[in-house]
This record gives sequence, C-alpha cells and structure tokens, in this order.
Amino acid sequence: MFGAGGGTSSYQEIQDTDVILLWGSNAREAHPIFFHHLLKAIHDGARMYAVDPRRTTSAQWADAWLGLNVGSDVALANGMAREIIHAGLHNREFIRRGTSGFEAFAAAVEPYTLERAEALTGVPADAIREVAHTYARADRAQICWTLGITEHHNAVDNVLALINLALLTGHVGRYGSGLNPLRGQNNVQGGGDMGAIPNRLPGFQDIETDPEAVSKYERAWGCTIQRKYGWHMSEMFEAIDRGELTTMFVLGENPIQSDADAHHVRHLFERLDHLVVQDIFRTATAELADVVLPASASWCEAEGTVTNSERRVQRVRAALKPPGNARDDIRIMLDLAKRLGHSWEYGSTEDVWNELRSLAPNHAGMSYRRLEELGGIQWPCYSEDTLEPTFLHGRLWKEPREGPPAVFHAVEDSPPTEALSDEFPLRLTTGRRLDSFNTGVQSGGYTSPLRRGEEIELSSADADQLGVSNGERVRVSSARGSVIAPVRIEPSLRPGLAFMTLHFPDEVETNVLTINATDPKSGTAEFKATAIRVDRIGDGDDEAEEVAAAGLSAQQPVT
Amino acid sequence: MDIVIQNELPSAAEREAVDAVLGPPGTSWEGSLQASERDRRVARGGHAARARRHLLLPTLHALQARVGWISRGALNYVCRRLTIPPAEAYGVASFYALFSLDPQPPVVAHVCTDVACICRGSQQLVAELERTVGPEGAHPGNGQAVWHESPCLGMCEHAPAAMLTVAGEDPREASVGNVTAQDIAGMLAGGAPPPAPAPLVPQQGDPSLRLLKRVGVVDPDSIDSYRAHDGWQALRAAVEMGPDWVLREVSASRLMGRGGAAFPTGRKWEAVARNAKRPHYLICNADESEPGTFKDRVILENDPFFIVEAMAIAGIATGCERGYLYLRGEYPLCWDRLVNAITVARSRGFLGQDILGQGIAFDIELRKGAGAYICGEETALFNSIEGYRGEPRNKPPFPVDEGLFDKPTVINNVETLVNVPGILMEGGLRYAEIGTEGSTGTRLFCLSGRVERPGIYEAPFGITLREVLELAGGVKDGRPLRTIMLGGAAGRFVTPDELDVEMSFEATRRAGVSMGSGVVMVVDDTVDLPAILMRLAAFFRDESCGQCVPCRVGTVRQEEALARLVDGRPRGSVEQEYALLGEITQSMRDASICGLGQTAADAIESALRKLDVFETGGRR
Repeated sequence: MFGAGGGTSSYQEIQDTDVILLWGSNAREAHPIFFHHLLKAIHDGARMYAVDPRRTTSAQWADAWLGLNVGSDVALANGMAREIIHAGLHNREFIRRGTSGFEAFAAAVEPYTLERAEALTGVPADAIREVAHTYARADRAQICWTLGITEHHNAVDNVLALINLALLTGHVGRYGSGLNPLRGQNNVQGGGDMGAIPNRLPGFQDIETDPEAVSKYERAWGCTIQRKYGWHMSEMFEAIDRGELTTMFVLGENPIQSDADAHHVRHLFERLDHLVVQDIFRTATAELADVVLPASASWCEAEGTVTNSERRVQRVRAALKPPGNARDDIRIMLDLAKRLGHSWEYGSTEDVWNELRSLAPNHAGMSYRRLEELGGIQWPCYSEDTLEPTFLHGRLWKEPREGPPAVFHAVEDSPPTEALSDEFPLRLTTGRRLDSFNTGVQSGGYTSPLRRGEEIELSSADADQLGVSNGERVRVSSARGSVIAPVRIEPSLRPGLAFMTLHFPDEVETNVLTINATDPKSGTAEFKATAIRVDRIGDGDDEAEEVAAAGLSAQQPVT
Repeated sequence: MDIVIQNELPSAAEREAVDAVLGPPGTSWEGSLQASERDRRVARGGHAARARRHLLLPTLHALQARVGWISRGALNYVCRRLTIPPAEAYGVASFYALFSLDPQPPVVAHVCTDVACICRGSQQLVAELERTVGPEGAHPGNGQAVWHESPCLGMCEHAPAAMLTVAGEDPREASVGNVTAQDIAGMLAGGAPPPAPAPLVPQQGDPSLRLLKRVGVVDPDSIDSYRAHDGWQALRAAVEMGPDWVLREVSASRLMGRGGAAFPTGRKWEAVARNAKRPHYLICNADESEPGTFKDRVILENDPFFIVEAMAIAGIATGCERGYLYLRGEYPLCWDRLVNAITVARSRGFLGQDILGQGIAFDIELRKGAGAYICGEETALFNSIEGYRGEPRNKPPFPVDEGLFDKPTVINNVETLVNVPGILMEGGLRYAEIGTEGSTGTRLFCLSGRVERPGIYEAPFGITLREVLELAGGVKDGRPLRTIMLGGAAGRFVTPDELDVEMSFEATRRAGVSMGSGVVMVVDDTVDLPAILMRLAAFFRDESCGQCVPCRVGTVRQEEALARLVDGRPRGSVEQEYALLGEITQSMRDASICGLGQTAADAIESALRKLDVFETGGRR
C-alpha cells in the first residue's frame, strides 16, 4: 500500500498492539503461525474484533465478532469511517500531515449512517459503533486481513476501505499501528518482491512508472524490458480464450484446481499448444503438461532466501538432496536460459542474491553474512550499516512530509456479482481448514485426525429446512456446475450461509461452483461469494448414484 | 474455543448447576437454547469471558455436587460458557481426586486409609467393609452408593475417619470420626451420618493458650460470642493505627511462617505492601492436606471468625482489597462455618467496602480444593484458584512479585495468620519473648496415632518432643514407643532416643528433622510399620502432579522398590534396594521443582535408615 507491497508492521508490533481488527481472516486455521503472534498480543491484554460472515475458530478468540453479510466489507468500513468522523475521533493531525483527499472521502462516506451500514451489512448498529470507537480511540491498532477481503470482485476497493480507516485514525506509520495482509505461504511475499508479479521488477520497482529502474535492469541484464504491465492470471486466462496465449510455464501452482470456475479453467489449459509445469508434486495441472520439470522443495532442498509476512528476508539452506531427477529451481532456470540461447553465469545462489542487492534498493543492505547475523532483516534495508524502523511509512508523520501524501480513496459498497435468487438461494463462501492446505497437493500426503474430507457446511436451520442431516450427501449447484458432497451442520454459520473448502478437488471439485468474477485491478476471483442451491439426492440422479457406488471413503467422517 | 471432538450436550440438571455459578447464558454462543437474530450477527467472548476462568473450579464443584460426576456434555457446556478449550478443562477436572469423570452413584463414602488411620485400625475397618459391603468401588444394593479409600482426611485425632458426600439437588457432605464399618454401611444405605465429634483440645481452659483459647469455648456460628471473647479488637487497632504500624509490629514479632518454609512473615508482608504493582492479593492457605495434620481444621471449625479477623488485618496491612481463603475440599464443616462467618462479618461491617466505617475495603472469597495435596504448594494453589491444573510454577518470580493472577500476593498458612491478632494486642516485641531466639511464639502440634490423648496442642517453641508427648499422656496403654512421624508425610521419622530434640526451627534443622506442619504421629509396636511406609509411598505417587520428571518417575520407582522389600523379594539384596532408593531420593531432592518431590522420600528414607524395618542391621 502507498506504493509498497507488504504489511506495514512487524510481528513484534502485532504482539505489542492494543486493538486488532481481524477482518476476513480465519488466521487461527489458515495462518496459524501468525495467529500465535496475535495470541501473544491477546494474552498481554490486546482486544480483538473479528469481522467475518462465519464465527470461525479465530472469531471465537475475539472480544466481539461481527458477522457481516458476505461482500459487505466496504459498507462496514465506510459506516465505521462516518461514525469516527461524526464522533470527532479522526486524527486531524495525521490527516493534515500525511494524507490528501480527506474532504472528498468524508463526503463520500456521509451516506453510510450506522442505520444504513446495519441494513447493508446485517451487523447491528451498536456493534459497528463500538468497533469504530474502539479502533479510533486505541493508542495502537492493527488491521489484519486475508482472502475474505481480497477474494472478491471488488478486492481492491475492499483493501482501500480498510486503508482509509487507518489513514483516518493515524493507525499507520507508527510503532504498533498498521495494516497487514497476511500471506498464505512462507514466501508469498518473497515471490512478489522478486518480481513474480506482472507489474513490478524485483525489489518492487514499477515497470510503467519507474523508467529509471527499468533502464537500470536493462543495463544489468543486457536486454530490453517491455515498459508495460504483463498479464495477471485472470488476464492470462482471457488471453488463452482469445487465442493470444498459447504456451504456459507454471511454477509451483495448481491452477486447474485452485482457480474459480474449474471446468472453464481446465478447458482453457487443454487449448494450450504447450504447457510446462515445474513443481515438487505431480499436480492435476502437471497431468496436463507436455513437459514436467521436477523441482526441489524450497524449505529443505534449496539454498536461498524466503520473505515472510512482516517483510523479513531470511536465509534457507539445503538440508537434503532433492530425490531422483528433481533439481534446484535456479539450476533449472539457468539450463532453460541456456537452451533458449542465453548464458546466465552465477557461481552460487549468493551471486544471484548479490545481483538483486545491486539493483533493488530495498534489499541493498542485506548481505548473506548480515542476514545470518541478524536472523533475517526486514525490507527496506538500504545499506549494509543501517536498519530501518520495523514499520513502514513513518515518513507520513514527518513535518514537512517526505514524499507524496497517502491518498484517501472513496469507495462504494458493491454487493457480490452473483445475487441470491429463488433458484440459488444460499450464499456459499470458501476457505481453508487447519489441517489442510489449498488444493491438498502439499497436505493430502499425510493423515490428520481432524480431516473429514470435503463437506458442505450448512446452518442447522437450513439443514432442517432442506430436510438433510449430518453426513447425508447432497447435490450442490451453482450457475456453472454442481458437485456432490456430504452435509455437515455447523454452528458457526447463520441461516443462508454455506461453506466449503477446496482441499479435496479430486473428490469434490468445489471450484466448479465458484465464479470467475475478477477484480479488474488485482485479478483475484470472487471465491468468497457464490450463489448456490442444495438439493437432496433423489432417485434418478445418475451421477449421484455413480458417486455413491464409487464409495468416496475420504468423505467419511474420520473419528 | 477449540477442536470439539465430542458433541455431547448437558442435561437439564447439569445446566442448572453450571448456571447457578455462572448465571444464565446470554446468547446461543454461550449455550442458550434459543438463538436470537442478534446472535447470528454478534458474539462476545474474549477477555471478558476468559476473565471468568477462575470460576472453573467452583463450577466443577457445582456439577460434582449436583450430579455426582462430571459428564462430557457438562464439561462441554462449561467450556462454552467460559471459552476454555475442552482438553484444558478435562485436564483440570481430571486433576482432582474428588471429581469423577465417570458415572458414579450419588452417595460416596471416602474411607481414610492414610497413616494416622492405619495406626487406629483402618486396615481392619477396610477388611470388614470388604466383607460386609463389598470391595472398594462396588455399588452395593441398588447402585446408589459406593465407597472408596481416601488419603488423609485431616480427622486424625478421631481416627479412623471417613467423609460422606451425597450428590443431588440438596447435596450433603459430612466428616465422620471414630467410624465403624456399620456406620459406613448405614450411610451407604441412605442413613444420616453420625454427629460431628467434639473438638479434642485437652488443654482447654489453660490461660496460656493463644491460638486455641476460644476453641470449644465460643459458639462458632455467633459473631457476638466471638466478640465477647476478645474478638475484633485487633482489627480495630489495625484500622486505627494503620498499615505501617501493623507491619512494624509483625516484623518486630519475628513471626515465622508455619506452613513449612519458616519464612519471616513481616518480610513477606513488607514486600507486598511496598510493591507498586496493583492490585495486591491475600491468600489464606487452608489446603491442609499433609497426612497427620488437622490443626487448621480445628481452628476453622471452632473459631471461624478468628481467621476472618486475621485476614482482614493482613489485607489492610498489605494493601489487598481481596483475600481468598482456599480450603481443602475434605472439610465440609469448616466450609459451612466459614461461609456463615464471612457472611455475618460482612453484614456487620468487618468485611466489605467500608470496614468499621473507615472507608477501607477488604473482602474474602472462599474457594474449595477438590482433593489435591499439591495445591497446598503456594504456586500450585494460585493455578488452582485461577482455574488451571494445580501444578507448581517455577520460582522466581516469587509470589510477592507475581502470585495470584500474576499480581503481588501475600500467602500465609492459617496458623501463621491467627498469630497476628495476638501480636497486635500485646505488641510485637512482647510476642518475640515467647519461644526461642529463632522461633518466636507458640506452635500447634497435631497428636495422633498410638497416643493416649490425641488432639491438638499448643506450646511455646522450645518445648522438647518428649514434653509434647507427655502433654498427650504418652504412648497409648503405656506401650513402648517405636517411632514418631514428625512433621507429616513430608517430615521424618524420629526414634525414641531423639525425643529430647527441641521443637524450634533452628534446633530441628540442626537435628536433621522437621516440624513441618506440627504432626506428631505416634507409632508403637502394634503398628504395621511397612504398611505405613507403603502408604506414604503410594500417597506421593498418587499426589505427584506429574509435571516434572524426577518426582513423577521417582515416586513410582520408590513405591516399587518399597513393595519389593515389603514382599520380601528385593531385587538383589536389601542393601542394593536401599542403594537404589538412595539414588532415587537424591534425584528427587536435587531436581524436583517443588517441595513435594524434594521431600517425597524424606520420611521413607529416614525410616529405612533409623528403624531397621527390613532386617539389614539398621544400615543402608
């Protein structure tokens, strides 16, 4: 945010904060390591508010849970913002020093009265007021979010709405206050930092707006870099559809099963002329590949660095040799470059790293020696003899301000693309469970006493109305397709809300149901809001009988 | 709160019992059967819910008393109410001997088979029970009753003893002394327990008594009777003269803690009074569970306002607004009398927000243990009150810095506290003239076993053990003395030629013995000494909290080696077993984190060394 793609605060600051808004995140199950930091804060007295349609196991730790309607996050944030302004709790000093656009923002949120916010979100007005006041009054406060915010058609608006709250209250750029998107894997942050995103060069330097940086890379690499953004995943899919993209190189991803509207994605991949998959597992995507390059597991078989959610770069070292023909990712890349006619000479992974340091100011000060000595370093780190504060954007508090102001972005409520209807009356939202990971590629290989296989979780009221009971297989349908899954009656769900994961795509392909309504700015699909119907399986449902005959043992409760 | 594997629900009676402690649930998230529209959108929990964790133990007591055992459904409901992970609540419930996690009949007779009762015929009592009623754990008759063996019930002067618990809508508990198999069979069949025995204070009327002077003299339920016998004067003085004066007098008295560690009370109080962290807490440790000990019970049963006054003084002196009195679970009569005393004292302005109209706040909350010897260890007691397993904490930090709820805490034994009113009335320096140089004041002794006049005795420090024994009329029936267990299960055995040891902290330390909790359990030649030692070994094995390895493993190995010796089947020679026991003893002493493990071998070690129990020529 504000030009830096990372959470603003360190883990220690999460532990030292006073108020935490955990928004659209079931961190206890999906980000358990981060949740430990959060629990330390709670143990030391921090208050936590959980904003989530479901009362998840994370929300059970909260001082209060706000069960908003799926996709009404902007309305809630705007309602809070208006309440903060009307109560005079906004931080006038910070707004003056570090921001621009406040007046327009205040005018834009003016219609979001508590009553209207309640109508849009379903959350009682007094609870909205309470969380607004608690957040604004706190000496230190953090907003932490994950895919409940970003897996929507208006993902960027959702994020901007949260940023507005921090700007309004001055909860950014100070120790203990900040904005933190939690990363879903140990090196998601590092992947983006190293340029594995369509609009940035390594070190988070913009391809379109930072010509100096681009020239620097061109000089270093002896090549020309196109000065326009590449495609993000959803745009790539569209390009396949248009016939413009015919060859794909997939590294460590399983898009066939992890992306929304799975049937459609599979059709697209089948249309590719050539597909190369580099992975440590033979994923469903790899099954479609022309060439599979077995890679090494980065946490135990590779040398290099990873970067975590607090922007801390850490060394990793190979403890094991990769099995069989599997090879280190860098070696695969270098060989590939050679076959394509380029001679990339690096003696070691440290040479690769040092090249990055010479080009990316954020990483300039992070020698291997120093990373080792300090147990990792947070970016930015501009030189070998300095360390920056553990939080970002302290400049916004400086007077006179250094650099451009942080801008308020007025955003409007925008309900999920797919409205509920008589045909599809239930709102399906998706997420993860503690003992499984994404499409199960990495977690399916071991057993867990908690794993029950895929289920369609329903409130007891909906289950009663449908006349279905725990464990009963039902047909779940959306406008795009249908799957069969057993029912689990789940007290964390209110009537009208249903929940599934995407952990068991081989048994229940949840993403057949989800909608590929993507945010134009982030390219993220609206996994969190699908309109579905649930039907009892009656006679003559041939597919259901087939499934039953196949005996989906993985879906039986494991007790 | 956590992974819920079982989905069992509470019965109506279980709900009632829990709600009686916690109040009715506000929302369906807390277990209310009706979900409101609001419940679908807002739930509360977090700090407010977790701040009630300390109500876990009282809630478990309520369930046990109402239903006779704690079901999974009930535990699930408690967890939901207090947002405690079920695994943790199970860990707490299963920690205490008085809670049953399996279905159990409502009527339970706990029959003491501990050391003092062994000296007074519990082995024969149990044999007769087995013959007439059935084996331990059997449900005679209609399955409504059961009997169990029990560790020391603190009724040693009335040995053999038993305790009756009857669960139900109107739960009852009673201690029974001089119990017979017929008594127990009658109670199991639904009969009322015999009346509580009168206190045994053979020195009653002796004007030199300081701590026992009102025992058997005042009406324990009457605050006016207490006032008529010099009650409340010290509290008035404390309120008038102020905390600094109280601290000065207590320091001048050189009062040493009677709980076993003999720490100067004045220093402890000063440390808390001067601690800037707030709030401060006061705890009266009445978890009197040391086998052979019953002095606190006698005072609390017969002079309950005494401890209320003493605690109020301590609270005022150390800046505590809240005191906890943690009573062991096996003292039902104490409980009733303390409930009354605290309620009445509050209504008369001796407790509460405005003590004696002087704007000083102090109040007492009663807490009940549930059958865990280790909870007498001060830091284990903190955990127990807070709703955790009663496992000792590492020290430091010491309680005066981080005690109950991690706040500065004064924790004193009952006997220590009840010395304070007298100190204030006569002055600390005058008090310090009683006793010896290093041990001021008087000491309570619990005489039990094969002694002519069992009961509780008070004497100035400096008296010899022989004199204490003579106060009680010597060995029963004039038989020869074999040994005395001095100080309790965590104390040591002394031989007839050690009787001239002076009863003071300094002299006992020099002599390598310990007064402990004042236990003087007399063993003559009629007593099955190996059975006593086996009982001690079983006691420590059972009561070890299991947290640290030396104690958890050492107490088991000690019992095994002892069992081999008792069976006459030593591994190798008797001497080799002694050597093994010596190593176990040393490991436990060196490496256990709390006093239980450190002293768990002391008594047995001293018996083997001194008493020629297993025919080795008295050497090991």
